Amino acid sequence: MLKTSEIRHSYKGTQRFTFPEIKCDESSSLMILGKSGVGKTTLLHILGGMFKPLSGDVSINGTSIYTLRGNNLDTFRGQNIGIVFQKPHFVQSLTAEENLMLAQKMAGNSVSTNTVHELLQQLNLDHKAKALSYKMSQGEQQRLSIARAIINKPGLILADEPTSALDDENCKKVVELLEDQSEQLKAALVIVTHDNRLKQYFKNHIELS
Amino acid sequence: MNLFKLAWKNITHNPLSLLLNMVLLTLGIGLISFILSVNTQLKDKFEKNLADIDLVIGAKGSPLQLILSSMYHIDAPTGNISIDEAKPFLREGHPLIKRSVPLSMGDSYKGYRIVGTDHSILELYDAKASEGRLWSNLLEVTIGSVVASNLDLGLGAKFQSSHGFNDDEDLEHEHGTFVVVGILEPTGSVIDQLILCNTESVWEVHDHHEEAESAEEEDHSHDDHEEHDHEHEHDHAGHEHSEYEHDNHDHRNDMSRSQLLEHGEKEITSILVQYTSKTNFQALSMPRNINENTDLQAASPAYEINRLYDMMGTGTRALQLIAVLIAIVSAISIFVSLLNSLKQRKYELSLMRVLGGKARTLLSLILLEGIIMSLLGFVLGILASQLSMAAMAGSLADRYNYEFSSWQWHGSEWYLLAASVGIGFQAAVLPALMAYNTDIHENLSDA
Repeated sequence: MLKTSEIRHSYKGTQRFTFPEIKCDESSSLMILGKSGVGKTTLLHILGGMFKPLSGDVSINGTSIYTLRGNNLDTFRGQNIGIVFQKPHFVQSLTAEENLMLAQKMAGNSVSTNTVHELLQQLNLDHKAKALSYKMSQGEQQRLSIARAIINKPGLILADEPTSALDDENCKKVVELLEDQSEQLKAALVIVTHDNRLKQYFKNHIELS
Repeated sequence: MNLFKLAWKNITHNPLSLLLNMVLLTLGIGLISFILSVNTQLKDKFEKNLADIDLVIGAKGSPLQLILSSMYHIDAPTGNISIDEAKPFLREGHPLIKRSVPLSMGDSYKGYRIVGTDHSILELYDAKASEGRLWSNLLEVTIGSVVASNLDLGLGAKFQSSHGFNDDEDLEHEHGTFVVVGILEPTGSVIDQLILCNTESVWEVHDHHEEAESAEEEDHSHDDHEEHDHEHEHDHAGHEHSEYEHDNHDHRNDMSRSQLLEHGEKEITSILVQYTSKTNFQALSMPRNINENTDLQAASPAYEINRLYDMMGTGTRALQLIAVLIAIVSAISIFVSLLNSLKQRKYELSLMRVLGGKARTLLSLILLEGIIMSLLGFVLGILASQLSMAAMAGSLADRYNYEFSSWQWHGSEWYLLAASVGIGFQAAVLPALMAYNTDIHENLSDA
């Protein structure tokens, strides 16, 4: 599913990152652990097709994504990669369900209110369907952000520090939710975090240094 | 969730800045549209009522006032002139004059002016009677279509005029009751607003009135010599007049020009003149000759109306400048509010890219937001200008009997529409390009 080789990057010649090879098959999960400043977010952006590294290759489902040009990369990302960010960001002027519909639309899929409502129900958010995102609780926002990452049934789910702001109980819930959903979708799940609590849930992990 | 709906949600998400933009746009576009509308309609009215009249002859005074009172019927006349003085221009067969129309004014009915004249005035405005017939006997009137509909006067209706041009019951004449014998077809010109009768009818009503007035003044023991003379003169005229009335009854005709000229000592207000040839050198020097060599005044409508445009033009230009400035300020305001919202929304724009949105989709989203705002401003602006036009038309119709129409599309609104969209586009293009160049990685890294 996901395979990288020889990814290197540096910012203005000061920081140099060399990332280890990463491999993650469908229906399996991988945790990438590292302290702040070792390039976790940079790596996640590289994996997610949002940021082209100076050298190296990222291959998703057999496609070397940085050989895609312009709009093709955007479309590929929308359809194949679901991303959960550290802080959940939504389009402020839209409600929870509208944010999910926007995700369908932006990925180039047809908008299906059925899918949206099923997913909201599954994540116990159906009572918040008409709520503006910034008026929801932190836990609800995190769940909505997961809903958005999986609504287009991607092959790869990337999560950036999805649990760092949560207490132990919610942390467990979010991890279970992510694992459940990626299993259902037969997707590969990659979590980038500095949260040592997650070690107990994932048998595959890589440590960045 | 299409782009238009998203743009709309984004705009309405921030109601205060939307309100500010709308107020500015409505003011700017509304003012421009209002000025255009008033200008077009005024010019329209003025040009329609020029009626190929080359010269207006009347008493000395302001030439513009003479034109406004005799051709547009919106100002007080400059005074009266005696028929003796006016004779050369009223007589048929003047080599330079194709047509001359005498006007006698001074009375009105419910704000509509009563004009004593002869049937030649109808040829100036291409008017015909649609109901009844033209006036011929003393105190018979034929009324314009607007007068008929606004005052609800039909054939056979009777009324008493009042002195002056304002609707004032205290000044109602007690002598002489006018009777409507005909109604003119609508022409779209000033004649629609007039009550037409023959010259002697005006004399009849007016002389009686002034008699009564001077009698009253005597009661108050006014010892003004001039006033006394005046009274005498009118007494005399009144006497001659009744003789005339008798004469007319027999013939049942409009008073002919030669009959009018017999009353050399009586007065009329002004004469509308059409030249036989507009380019004749002698005709061109006629106004100057009249002004220099007689007690009369001759004014050229084309010249005076251009002067009026010039005077109005200064004010109009100042207003236009203000309107354009407001429009520019509203463009800046839209620009700033888009830029501000862009700063707040840089995460969500990056997010839309992450979700698969193309860079050019974001570009169109921001452009769309700017253009929707300016279109909304255009609609509100036109609405505001038409509403104020309608409000103003009411008061103009009351004061001047001039009909202005609102809800009219002049064609210049298309340019205004294009300009509005231009404003929205201009204001949005830079923020849109910034959205286009969103750096997802950088924006989301410091999240």
